[in-house]
Amino acid sequence: MTRIIHHPTTDRLRSILFGSRAHRGVVFTIALYALLVAIGFVYLQPLLFMFITSIKSPGDLLNPMVQWVPTELYLGNYARSFRVLNYPQTLLASVLISVTPSLLQTLVASVVGYGLARYRFWGKPIVFLLLLITFIIPPQNTVIPQMLTYRNLGLLGSPLALILPALLGQGYRSAIFILIFYQNFVSLPKVLEESARLDGATDLRIFITIAMPSALPAYIVSFIFSTVWYWNETFLTTIFLEGGVTTLPMQLSRFAQAYENLYPPGGVSIFERLNEAVKMSGTFLNILPLLVMYFVLQRWFVESVEMTGITGE
Amino acid sequence: MIGRSRSRREISLRTREALHGYGFILIWIVGFLLFTLLPLSETFHYSLNQVSVTATHINLDFVEWANYSRALFTDPNFVELLVGYTVETLVSVPIVLIFAMSIALFLNLKFRLKGLFRVIFFLPIVITSGPVIKELTAQGAASAPGIANIPAVVDFLAQLPRALRSPVEYLLTSFILILWFSGVQILIYLASLQKIDRSIYEAAAIDGASSWEIFWKIILPSLSMATLLNAIYTIVTLSHFSENRVIRYIYNQTYDVRGGIGYASAMAFIYFGVMIILLAAVYFFLMQWAKRESK
Repeated sequence: MTRIIHHPTTDRLRSILFGSRAHRGVVFTIALYALLVAIGFVYLQPLLFMFITSIKSPGDLLNPMVQWVPTELYLGNYARSFRVLNYPQTLLASVLISVTPSLLQTLVASVVGYGLARYRFWGKPIVFLLLLITFIIPPQNTVIPQMLTYRNLGLLGSPLALILPALLGQGYRSAIFILIFYQNFVSLPKVLEESARLDGATDLRIFITIAMPSALPAYIVSFIFSTVWYWNETFLTTIFLEGGVTTLPMQLSRFAQAYENLYPPGGVSIFERLNEAVKMSGTFLNILPLLVMYFVLQRWFVESVEMTGITGE
Repeated sequence: MIGRSRSRREISLRTREALHGYGFILIWIVGFLLFTLLPLSETFHYSLNQVSVTATHINLDFVEWANYSRALFTDPNFVELLVGYTVETLVSVPIVLIFAMSIALFLNLKFRLKGLFRVIFFLPIVITSGPVIKELTAQGAASAPGIANIPAVVDFLAQLPRALRSPVEYLLTSFILILWFSGVQILIYLASLQKIDRSIYEAAAIDGASSWEIFWKIILPSLSMATLLNAIYTIVTLSHFSENRVIRYIYNQTYDVRGGIGYASAMAFIYFGVMIILLAAVYFFLMQWAKRESK
């Protein structure tokens, strides 16, 4: 028995199956992939479900035999949700509402992060504490007075309602971006700065010519994340933009109502009623721009934390 | 004499430096005062008043702490919602942390198709938004498929004491939803993992440490900072999520005739207080743990 266990062939077999110090065994590899696929399925399944439901015709939807493979590619749902969402207009609004504040927010966050990282002054711990507080304050603790002020100024419904806070470093989750830039600039070598100063460069000039180019990845990552978060933010946009600009997620959240305005339930045939397929096509149209952006820019998401070093001690 | 003038120049240099530093953060300080502190104190002021808004005016009627006592002692829903929120957060945070850590550990290994899996696992960062999650939940795509409806599970739930039932039930119905909140956390863990020096693993392996021991003795302690960061991030994201039931309730009360802005403001402050207590509790718990780990 011991001869079989310690036989060279058994040893090799064991090494292939269970691995050794040098490489992983087959059993471990299979288990790893099984787990990865299972978890990947958890993330993809809702998307797949959403997409497949969205191309189902009303007939397929009622047919209990049709689960994952529709009998035909039915694009009628998309045609209708495209109209209900008022797609071209809301898409443009969403892009503007997320890109403009993000640009400003990123720029201002870099200025503030630079000030915190490169200068010694009294009260810095207080500023960091306040930054943390701005991050954790729930939006509903500040939103009502802001909304009333905007109403008095006639800014309610205007993109300015979101742009102004971003311009003053109080945009959505701005504390995170300030910390990203702080981490970036704090590790910048002092030598460059000092030699530039000897050449007579002003602080602003040093910031623009030396610090900003060195933090390019942080700028890109912050801008991308900021855009995505502004895009997905619905609480603030609903309150500040109500009655004015309508973004894609806002229109999605009142999809049923908008649908019935366009296709009154009394006036249309049963096939034209609002069903899951139409709703899902609307949801899919809503995340489609983000998906496209994600797949184009995925490297910047995947490597973002390494590039910005936010976990640095 | 020379020494004194130099020290004076040094002081003026430091003042100059400080002034320039303030110059850089000035814009943020102004923003903080205008868009955070001012509205926050106004909201607090509202919370002590009965507020009625007309087309041109805001009428305040001072009621002391009546809004607070109403929220805590009279309102049949609010306290229940708060307790639900606390339980759900305390259940979700460890799951998000453990899940994100395991995914990051997997993604830190070398294997084929890693790029593809990374792209899939970071998808939630992009698409987790209120309306999308709401649609997905409504279609039943958020819960572990059908588990909560299996008769055996229903029986099991009925057997549990009431205090235990709601967390378990929440876990079963929202498990996948919880996983959707782990994207950024995976990123942060992965980055900390990649900072660990490879030679430490090799040294440990040469000393005969198994991967199990390496995980507990080397990897986990060096992830303590990331864990703290992730815990705070998770609590804040869950608490600010626009489909959060407490937030929905406060929002609806704002425009309700019987509620009003004053009442909603009081609830917002109570909610903020509960959130801070949760954050502080998790913070101290993790700090204790990190201290023990680093010993």
